[in-house]
Amino acid sequence: MRRHHRRVLGWSATALVVAGLAVTAAGCGSSGSSKSGASTTASNLPTSIGKGEGKLSLIAWEGYTQPDWVKPFEKQTGCKVTAKYAGSSDEMVTLMRQGGGQYDMVSASGDASVRLIRGGDVQPMNPKLIPDFKNFIGALKSPSHNTVDGVHYGISLQWGPNTLLYNTQKVTPAPTSWSVLYSPKYKGQITIPDNAIQIADAALYLSKTQPDLGITDPYELNQKQFDATVALLKQQRPLLKKHWGLASDEIDLFKNGDATLGASWPYQTNTLEADKVPVKDLIPKEGATGWADTWMLSSKSKHPNCAYMWTKWVSTPKVQAQQAIYFGETPANTKACPLMDQMSPGSCKQYHADAPASYFDSIKFWKTPLADCGNGKTDCIDYNQWQKAWTEITG
Amino acid sequence: MSARNEPAGRPSWAARRRFSGAFWRRPWLKGAGLLGLPVGGYLLIYVAALGVLFISAFWSLDPLSGKIVHSWGLGNFRTLWHEHTYWRIAGRTIGIAAAVTVTDVILAFPFAYFMARLASPRLRTVLFVIVLLPLWSSYLARIYAWRLILSNEGALNWSLGGLGLPHQHIAYTNWAMWIVFSYIWLPFMILPIYAALERIPDNYIEASRDLGAKNWTTFRRVVLPLALPGVVAGSIFTFSLTLGDYITPILVGNTQFIGNVVYRNVLGLSYDLPFAAAFAIVPLAVMAIYLVLARRAGAFEAL
Repeated sequence: MRRHHRRVLGWSATALVVAGLAVTAAGCGSSGSSKSGASTTASNLPTSIGKGEGKLSLIAWEGYTQPDWVKPFEKQTGCKVTAKYAGSSDEMVTLMRQGGGQYDMVSASGDASVRLIRGGDVQPMNPKLIPDFKNFIGALKSPSHNTVDGVHYGISLQWGPNTLLYNTQKVTPAPTSWSVLYSPKYKGQITIPDNAIQIADAALYLSKTQPDLGITDPYELNQKQFDATVALLKQQRPLLKKHWGLASDEIDLFKNGDATLGASWPYQTNTLEADKVPVKDLIPKEGATGWADTWMLSSKSKHPNCAYMWTKWVSTPKVQAQQAIYFGETPANTKACPLMDQMSPGSCKQYHADAPASYFDSIKFWKTPLADCGNGKTDCIDYNQWQKAWTEITG
Repeated sequence: MSARNEPAGRPSWAARRRFSGAFWRRPWLKGAGLLGLPVGGYLLIYVAALGVLFISAFWSLDPLSGKIVHSWGLGNFRTLWHEHTYWRIAGRTIGIAAAVTVTDVILAFPFAYFMARLASPRLRTVLFVIVLLPLWSSYLARIYAWRLILSNEGALNWSLGGLGLPHQHIAYTNWAMWIVFSYIWLPFMILPIYAALERIPDNYIEASRDLGAKNWTTFRRVVLPLALPGVVAGSIFTFSLTLGDYITPILVGNTQFIGNVVYRNVLGLSYDLPFAAAFAIVPLAVMAIYLVLARRAGAFEAL
């Protein structure tokens, strides 16, 4: 009898431990998000901004919702801002789809914005309600990554290049090419973002170093070009100290001396320099990928008035200048340049806010890789394959 | 007693008596009343979640709309089987979990033996506090502490430098994960071994000596077999906790665990919940096999 009891106890303990493990391993599992293809047409756009709803929930890149400009906004409008940082465009898309109506806006880069528009996750916005819209640089008024058939799905914000960051004491001579990130000389000191779009950086490098591959656009790769790029990244894998997830991870790596070279954003450089870490960044001679971000409004937003107020606020020259200096990027609003120089002399030139349109065109902005290459051919590798390859490279 | 103070006919009193009477007449009601809530919660929270996990592993994701297709298929398992990336990740996860378990047994056994059989009661209390103290602070805080210790300009290399030894590059490697996991789960190994060792009656050991066994023989043939259930119980904790973790690999590692792939598929790459569920079943299966083997070894006899 007693023996039997013990057996039952043994089995129930077994079941309990297995079940407990399952819960740990599975993480959370809310199943399925239902998407309503919100097809708001241009005709029923709001024509004025109503009374604020008192709340605004944002998904943003780290550094995009600093108290410097969030606090005055909250005071002025009564909209209490909560922000969640996302580390990649993929995460932003997932959060928007999974979160239902939880988030009002997202600061999506070009590789996420098209996916969000196609998925019906965001709704059109009326640029007439944003007074500063007329001061935006021409290229960012109706760019293809947020405007479809003349309908604006969001308002452009800032843009900038992905840079090469290095420790000035440990890396000599100063690098001029992305080749240092693929060089065994720096084995165990390199860090790059944990993000499938990073494949484009390697493709851009190959487009200059192996011209016979014929890469013209790092987001439009045929099988042969894609295989060569993935092979390069696999070769780079053992040289890496770590793939960084959030910008703060890379900052830690450089601060603690674990990494001396990395693919980065200017934000990390600014933060590290403020902490007296000897770092510098540059756009290497092969050019750079970059981002152009848009504040987009969720199709299920519960606080659209606060969202419009926020978009209006972050488009003003002063906030544009503050954010540009804080993150180290270029404002969409041309009126921000003199204010930038007031806040930090020389910063307008440093962050290219006065640069000609050709500078904008020189950056290969993030976009979603599609099977349709854009030149009549449809043999390009789509983003699903990019993600698969990325898992293979990092796994 | 109280019946004398209260008039017998009061309705609340009568109801109460009927109520307790019912329990007295039907003993199973007592059991049901006690277990109803926990078992209900267990079924609802643990078993139902497990069921959903298991079922959704056979679903798939529509590549175009990103929506879950509720039709049965083995596609996810086929991907897991054919892609050697996932074999590598699973192998790494299981390998490090095993290494951590072995390390913790080696570290915990002497410690638990000292605590249970050699230390004075006061010293034992102190040792208990030392073992349990880290558990009072956040798991994340402790991992971050290790990140600082192991980093290139961290406490470890600073000490090595002071001693004139060469710098070690342990941060963000599998070695770092092994060290941090072994540290974090150590108390979960010490406590069950302690409990098993403490329960061995002194007269068993005296009897062994009376029969002429040397110390080592006594240890090998009396203490160790009796402590084995404790070791296995502890190993279930260290092994399963390592197997299911995904935070330590993110923070101190440079490679992925099964949990990281699950996390990426839930939040990150593609929101592919069915695939995440399928991969989550792998550690579950590994653990089930482990528990069956542990049961065969008699690890649950002492429960």
